[in-house]
Parts: sequence; structure tokens; C-alpha cells
Amino acid sequence: MGAVGNTLLRLTDLTVDFDSQEGTVHAVNRVSFEVAPGELVGLVGESGCGKSVTASAIIGLTGMVPNATISGRIEFMDKELLTLPENEVRAIRGRDIAMIFQDPVTSLNPVLSIERLMTEGLELHLGMSHSQAVTRSIELLGEVGIPKAANRIKDYPHQFSGGMRQRVMIAIALSCNPKLLLADEPTTALDVTIQAQILRLLKKLSREHEAAVIVITHDLGVVAGMCRNILVMYAGRIVESGPAKLLFAHPHHPYTVGLLKSVPRLNEPRRDTLQTISGLPPDLAHLPPGCSFAPRCYLATDDCWASGPELEPTDAGRLSACFHRDRLRVDSTTQEAAEVTM
Amino acid sequence: MSGETLVRVEDLRVHFPITSGVVFQRKVGAVYAVDGLTFDVLRGETLGLVGESGCGKSTTGRAILQLIRPTTGRVLYEGGDLANLKGNKLRQQRKRMQMIFQDPYASLNSRMTIGDIIGEPLLVHKMGSKAERKAKVRELLETVGINPNTLNRYPHEFSGGQRQRIGIARALAVEPNFIVCDEPISALDVSIRAQIINLLQQLQREFGLTYLFIAHDLSVVRHISDRVAVMYLGRVVELAENAVLYEQPMHPYTQALLSAVPIPDPEAEERRRPVVLTGDVPSPVEPPSGCHFHTRCPAAQDGLCDVEDPELKEVRPGHWAACHLITGGTYPHIRAGEDDLAVVAGGGEAA
Repeated sequence: MGAVGNTLLRLTDLTVDFDSQEGTVHAVNRVSFEVAPGELVGLVGESGCGKSVTASAIIGLTGMVPNATISGRIEFMDKELLTLPENEVRAIRGRDIAMIFQDPVTSLNPVLSIERLMTEGLELHLGMSHSQAVTRSIELLGEVGIPKAANRIKDYPHQFSGGMRQRVMIAIALSCNPKLLLADEPTTALDVTIQAQILRLLKKLSREHEAAVIVITHDLGVVAGMCRNILVMYAGRIVESGPAKLLFAHPHHPYTVGLLKSVPRLNEPRRDTLQTISGLPPDLAHLPPGCSFAPRCYLATDDCWASGPELEPTDAGRLSACFHRDRLRVDSTTQEAAEVTM
Repeated sequence: MSGETLVRVEDLRVHFPITSGVVFQRKVGAVYAVDGLTFDVLRGETLGLVGESGCGKSTTGRAILQLIRPTTGRVLYEGGDLANLKGNKLRQQRKRMQMIFQDPYASLNSRMTIGDIIGEPLLVHKMGSKAERKAKVRELLETVGINPNTLNRYPHEFSGGQRQRIGIARALAVEPNFIVCDEPISALDVSIRAQIINLLQQLQREFGLTYLFIAHDLSVVRHISDRVAVMYLGRVVELAENAVLYEQPMHPYTQALLSAVPIPDPEAEERRRPVVLTGDVPSPVEPPSGCHFHTRCPAAQDGLCDVEDPELKEVRPGHWAACHLITGGTYPHIRAGEDDLAVVAGGGEAA
């Protein structure tokens, strides 16, 4: 936990429920974490684990969904975002908190030119004149590595490749010097050589602009080289968090162990079979009582089915929500390989 | 793996015409999706086909199965050319090769029960009586790890991973020898991917299958493949045994591609220096002249690489590469230089 005054963002027991025909979907369940200014944080989990909903709650987009119920606190620069009137949230959204979306193809309005897309925020939030905004936009496009930016500013999104569009989106997000950047799967739609360029760019820009970044991804490789702190989410809850090096070397939650073991790595010898996590992620409308991971966990005992473990400190700034974290061994020889069962 | 060729692809080209005009369509250009491919798939092996999006790897898979007719070139299955076959004769051959598709949501008909979906290939190929087909469907479901009593359910009642299992059962129904797996795991969740990879490997051992495994994830391809072919803009640039390709890649593109793969290990990430290639993959509508990679290649030589097409040649036994600069066992070493941009660190000797 960072000291007061050194915290940019603090989430306390953030809970997001959606009403649906299937019953209440518990998308985010009592999520708490802090982000320091300029910090790079990785929020890791599979689809449906609540990582994107958490991000859209921070930027105030979840509240716009009519069937959503949000509770808890989101404190950003000493303001409580959930109770702030909409016009004040609007002043923060896009200026102090910006977002990069996963799909650069669908998240830029195709009928607006890059000039319109870029200058809108600058004029609205920073009160620039149009010509000032255009000059600044060209600078920003140059900064994210778009060649001959001045010639391309009148172009439309379809005239750019996927990687270039993602650069445009990063330029838009950075245009108002945000304090916090939410990058939701920023490279998932991109090829591996382009991914390397974009990750490098994000890291460099975050340093230069002193912006904190929350990188939301399912790809452990993406955050391993980029983020100092990692949060692992499963079924709407944070199950483990801590410094990247410790977390990757000695996970304190069986889900993290499973995730790390189930992906082949280029720097390790080939194995005959991959270790799997058996079963499926739970239905968020019908979560099992107790620990949500218990049905898939090789360590689960009766305790796990009866009551859910709280996220508790383990060591060196780490947290884990598991009763059996002491029994965890990363060494695969002592770990039973979970069989494929469906 | 016997070393015997099951499928041979010779100078395969697939060009999609670009037309203009409403009534009288004139051909104004072409997308050179696959532009001169030659490789063999050996019986019993898994050949990994990797490359970035738009490089033509999926088109290659489809052209081999004649789902897209090649513009020119031959596809020999056990010596017989598939590209010349039509109608019933082609259908007879199709029994021996099947496909597993990328998207388990789009590739199963949502109005058919999973029993009907898996049974349809049997019906098309007139295999067995109704009762035999039903028994076969149950057996297939069990093989891929799905409860056979669910055969009257519809695809939407299953998760992504289970649907991919259904797609695999459908591919297995006619007992093929050869299966094209087109990105079979990229639409699935991380924790489900390993289950499907293990299933594919287990089925290969059980039924002696040959796979062409198309994917963009280089770590997964390394895990599953015996040999690996790397594609760039419609051409194979390098093909070698798995260990050779990953341990000692020779083509500058392969070197850059492998260095760009992030490793889920912060310690290893600190040491990794990804080589950053400048620019984007050029459009296959106007592929660069000469070597298609020369516009992004740090080792490219003016007057050679931008003029002459490099041929895919055997640079060492079993190791094929298409690069002018690989000669007599030496090849350009690509390293991360200033600003991590790719530079040539001098020629290296192949071990």
C-alpha cells in the first residue's frame, strides 16, 4: 500500500453488477488496489474476468450502462469519481484519464478525419484554438512514430494500417497529458513485430509524460517486460498481486501457477504436454460459493468450497487470496498435472 | 515421422483479382496473397506455418484443400494433383483431408445440433447406416472429451473450448490422414488453449495424423511442430526442423520475428533485446520488387535484394531459406542497435 499523497488512483471495494435475464452478473467483485503516479501496472486475466469492466468503471463508462450497479470507491487525485457529478467526470475523462482500446479498427470513428479525432480533445479540454490544436496534433503524431504526420493529418482511419491506427489512438490518448492511461489489450489485434514497436512506444511515452499506465491483457508476456506490479484477476476478483519479478518466479495463487504453466515459452526446453487448468471459468451469474477457482483447483479442500479466501498480505508487498498458498510449489515435479476434464 | 512426402506444394500461387466497374467488371489489379510457394508436408509430422496477418498463411491452407482454387501451381496429395480434380473425384480426395477452423463460433452452424454437425461429413460421403453414423458420432464426442449424451444440443450451449472440440470431432469424422489446423487456438481463452493443444497432440499419436498447423503464435508453434515454415508476404522465407529454426534462424525476417516474441518471465525480459523492424508489412496488392522483405530488412543490398527474387534454396541439409545474403553457410546476423532498431552485426558462420 502506497503512502497517502503518493497515490494517484485508489480503488476500494469496487463492485460492478449487471442485471440480466440470467440473474445478476457479478462482473467485478470487491476489487481494491492503488496506482502510484507514473507507475506501470499490469492487470492480467482471461476474458470475462472483469478486467475491462474495471477499466471502464475507472474512466466512468460503466455508469452509462443502464443495467449496471456500481458500489465502492474510486479515488483519483483526491476526488471520488463515483459520486462526482457527470460534468466534472467529463472534465477528467479524456484529459486526466485516457484510454486506449483493443481494436484500432473499430474504435476510431471512420467518418472523422485524423485531424478531427485528434483536435477534439485538445480544443475541449485544453481550450486550444483549432490551429494550435492542429500544430500540437502533428507534433504528437510525430512523437508516436507516424512518418510525414503533417501530410497525413487530413487522412481518414481506413487509410492507416492496424499498427498505425493504434499509434493514432495512443496519440489521441496522450494529447491532453493524462496522469493515468488505461490500455485495454493494446496489442492483441496487432502482429508480433508491430506489438514490439507499440509496447516500446508505450513504455517510452509513459516515462516522458510521467503518466501511470494500467496495461490490461490476457498475455503474460506483454506485462512481464513492461510492468513493475501485476494484478491477477479471476471471476471478478483480484486473486493475487505483487511485484512482477516475485509474482512470476513464485506465484502465490494456484490460478497464477496454472496460467504460467499453460503457455509454452521460447526460453524453455520443449515439453511433451502442456500443463492445463481443468474445466472452464465460472458463470458470473452463478458463482460457486466459496472460492471461485475451487472447482478448477488441484489444491482445493472443503474449506475452499465453504468460504472464499480474502486477499491477504503474504510477503514483500504481495497479496494472495488462497488458503493453501503455503502448499504452492512452482516446481512442476511436485505438482500434480491437472487432467483435461470437461 | 517417416520422411515420406504426404502433401507436396509446388509453386502455388493464389491471386485474388481486384475489379472495377459495375456491369462489365474489368480486372484492375490483384492481391498476391500466395505468390510462389513450394514445400512438402511429411507423413505423420506437424508442419508449423507461421507469419504475420496478411502473409497468406490461411489462404495457403485453404488452397491446399482446394477450398480456394489456386491460380497456378500444383498440390500433390500422395502424388496426385488436386488442383486438376473436380466434382466427385475431388470429393473422394477430400475424405482424406480436413480442416479445423479458427473461430469456433462462426464455423459451427447454429441451427444444427452438434450430433448433426459431426455426422454431416459421414452423410456427405455416404459412410455407414443411420445407426452406424450415430454410434460413430458418440464415439467421436467421447474421443474429443465431450459427453456423448449432449449430441442433441446446439452449439450455443457450449463454451468456446468445447465448440473447438466439436469442430475437431467433425474433422475427424471421415478418418482423414491430413488436417489443416487454421489458428485453432487463437480465439480461445489462455487457460483453455493448453487443453486443445494437448488434445490435438494426443489425437495425432492415436490416429497417426499429419498436421499443417497455421498460427501466428511462435511459442505455440515451437511447442507443437516438428518442422516450421515462416511466411512473409505470400512466400516461404525459411523452413527448417523446429530446433534449428528456433535456435539458429538464418533469414533476417525470422531472426527479427523471434526476437519480438515476449516471454512471460520478467528476468528473461530484462535480458531480451527485441529487434525493432521499421515500418509495416507492405500491402500484398503491390508487393515490393525483388525480395519482398527488402523494404524492412537491415541487411538489404541495393541493386540485388530490390531487383532479384531470392529462391528458396537448401542452405544446409533440411534447412531452406530464401535470401541472397545467405551463401555458403554464412548469413547476416541481425541485432538490436541504437534505439533497438535492427542492424546487421556482421555475417556469421553457420554451425
